[in-house]
Amino acid sequence: MRQNTFTRLLIILALLAISAYIVLPTPKPDFVKNLVFWQEPRGRDLQIKQGLDLKGGLQVLLASDLPGGVQPTPEQMESARRIIEDRVNGLGVAEPIIQQQGDDRILVELPGVTDRNLAIDLIKQTGQLEFVDAGFTPLLDGTPISTTYSLYGGLLFPETLPTGKPISETLNAQAATRVYNTAFTGEILQSATPGLDNLGRNVVNFTIKPQFQEAFRRYTSEKLNQAMCIVLDQRVISCPTIRAVLSADGSISGNFTREGANNLALVLSYGSLPVPLTIETTRDVGATLGADSIRRSLVAGAIALIAMIAFMVARYRLPGLLSAVTLVFFMLTSLALFVLVPVTLTLPGIAGFLLSVAAAVDANVLIFERFREELRGGRTMRAAVEAAFQRAWPSIRDSNISTLITCAILFVFGNTFGASAVRGFAITLSLGIFVSLFSAMFVTRTLMRITFSEQAETIEARRAALLGV
Amino acid sequence: MFDLFRIVENRRYYFTLSLLVILLGVLAMIYNVITLPTHTPWRLSVDFLPGNRFELKFNQPVSEEQIRRVFQSFGVTNPAITRLGDPAENTWQVRTAFVAGDRAQAIRNALAQEAPMDENRTQIQSVSPTVAAQVTQAAIVAVVVATVAILLFVWWSFRKADRAFRYSACAIAALIHDILIAAGITAIFSALFNWEIDALFLTAMLTVLGFSIQDTIVVYDRIRENLTRRRGESFETIVTRSLLETLNRSLTTSLINILVLTALLLFGGASIKQFVAVLLIGMISGTYSSIFVAVPLVVAWFERDLWGTKQRTPQVAIAGK
Repeated sequence: MRQNTFTRLLIILALLAISAYIVLPTPKPDFVKNLVFWQEPRGRDLQIKQGLDLKGGLQVLLASDLPGGVQPTPEQMESARRIIEDRVNGLGVAEPIIQQQGDDRILVELPGVTDRNLAIDLIKQTGQLEFVDAGFTPLLDGTPISTTYSLYGGLLFPETLPTGKPISETLNAQAATRVYNTAFTGEILQSATPGLDNLGRNVVNFTIKPQFQEAFRRYTSEKLNQAMCIVLDQRVISCPTIRAVLSADGSISGNFTREGANNLALVLSYGSLPVPLTIETTRDVGATLGADSIRRSLVAGAIALIAMIAFMVARYRLPGLLSAVTLVFFMLTSLALFVLVPVTLTLPGIAGFLLSVAAAVDANVLIFERFREELRGGRTMRAAVEAAFQRAWPSIRDSNISTLITCAILFVFGNTFGASAVRGFAITLSLGIFVSLFSAMFVTRTLMRITFSEQAETIEARRAALLGV
Repeated sequence: MFDLFRIVENRRYYFTLSLLVILLGVLAMIYNVITLPTHTPWRLSVDFLPGNRFELKFNQPVSEEQIRRVFQSFGVTNPAITRLGDPAENTWQVRTAFVAGDRAQAIRNALAQEAPMDENRTQIQSVSPTVAAQVTQAAIVAVVVATVAILLFVWWSFRKADRAFRYSACAIAALIHDILIAAGITAIFSALFNWEIDALFLTAMLTVLGFSIQDTIVVYDRIRENLTRRRGESFETIVTRSLLETLNRSLTTSLINILVLTALLLFGGASIKQFVAVLLIGMISGTYSSIFVAVPLVVAWFERDLWGTKQRTPQVAIAGK
């Protein structure tokens, strides 16, 4: 065996071993998981990520809904996207997808979410957060109220907001229903986190931005023992009574469940969206449908693989057997690549992967047909191997480039519109094409070289049986 | 005498066969445009139609009337309710005009009050009018852009051949042929078996496009090689030789693809069946068109004789330099 070929064989074996280690479902130590530093720390589990259609869950496409059809700026969309991402992360959904689509849409995918209403609420709240003076009668949670801020931007402390206006009693009197005075907007808050008080009850702790602490201290001292309602989108969320003069921080207690405290903290932290959003489409996939599809697709894939290998061996004999090794290499490295990138597998994604398997087989077929032709043309085995690869290469290259062009267009198309299915198909297919090029031109070639240079005489002696030529 | 291997000379038969299949498909599309309420060549799924699709799985028998009442109580006046699968499965499909996401959830909750529902087997899809229109537009743009990109690529990769544009244009003709056949047969199934086309159909069409061009390029590539290696032979001989030389590969690859797709069709999940079926049709058409359409068309163009029926002068080839 030549030095060069030997090195190639080592590379192939190493890649095969690494891929097998990644793909096989063995428990992996944390330091190995952290090697994939480019992935989100939360998602570094070295497992194939399953898309919504496989796992079940909720897909929501949101569109900006600015009055008068005004287009949002890219910055507004980006910060809206980030706020939704924060809210969704607060839900504890594994691997959510929050992506901007086109100029004015945001796609949210929540695999495995069961409480769909909660999710929709959390995404949709435009989140205009106000602190409202309710006097000595706390309001019930959920009560819709009208406030001075929502009517004309009126605030008890107008200095806390650039657009704030002082409270106008005449405007309040003109309104048909009672108008509550807004003290501040959510702007004054620095942060809010869920926590436990010393009795073990769920509370929400908050801190006030330094420049607004004086206003907050004045308010809490004037309105001590009165109710300060937290109002989101003109609906009371919680109406705590002010029990102490506060300035820098404080906590809100009530009959919160842990989830309730969590949600309130989220709303307080990520209150207002820069762009109002409407739900444009929703897609809600049952988990069992997905699990069933996975199992069936796996079975189908296994049957297809066996049929393919049987066919290759029957038709090309010894080279067919070598291509079976290549195919296994191709499948393992592709799957390992899906884990590493990471690629989220969806049903169309699996279809794209299987098509790239077809492309990988086609490359081998092209080579083996050439190999036979060259042998019939009277070349020696070793020369025929080299000629086969050289001559088959332009066809393999050109046909795969055309597939890659199609993939690129599909990818752009899928990315611009909420068609994540199309995008998944393009990603797995194009990755598969690259791996298939490598497996054909590197793996099959090395295997062929080794077999036909080491064992040339043996094969020559039993040529008809081993090669079918 | 009809000789299977005289593909180029007998092109009129293959062209006729293709035209017949395409004609059937076009007729089915026209039939669908006339008969379907949407006036489209195919029955459209919710991906393209503004509206909602509820797939509801109950754990107890429910009547159509019960479901209808719930929808009507939410102001959805005219839901199309159909039973899916066996009556014992208690699975229903309801299609309605567009209902916003939160209201759709409210309807679902109200339905769950009628009879317990299997949450895991229940789905709601909704598409607002603007999205549906935009997806369709984008699909058409994607197909056109992909076609032009491939046209340019083939033209460029054959730049050394005589009149490279003709190869490129014929490859595109074969591609349009395959898309028409796949789309046409889908239209026939749409009329016969109520197939609905969804976003996956677009993926299928674009894959067919890739298949088609892949096969054609492999055959072209051999022509390109033989044109330089066999300068003495006539163009038609070189083309026929190239076809026959690549026939083994075309058939083998095709057979393997058919194996893979058939396995998916028989054993794969129900949600991708139709997708796989369209791919299978497109793939068979793609192999056929690369041999019997793309290459004979190139010859027809060079000979200025579409049907290959002009009087032939006996071929005189001078071998050597």
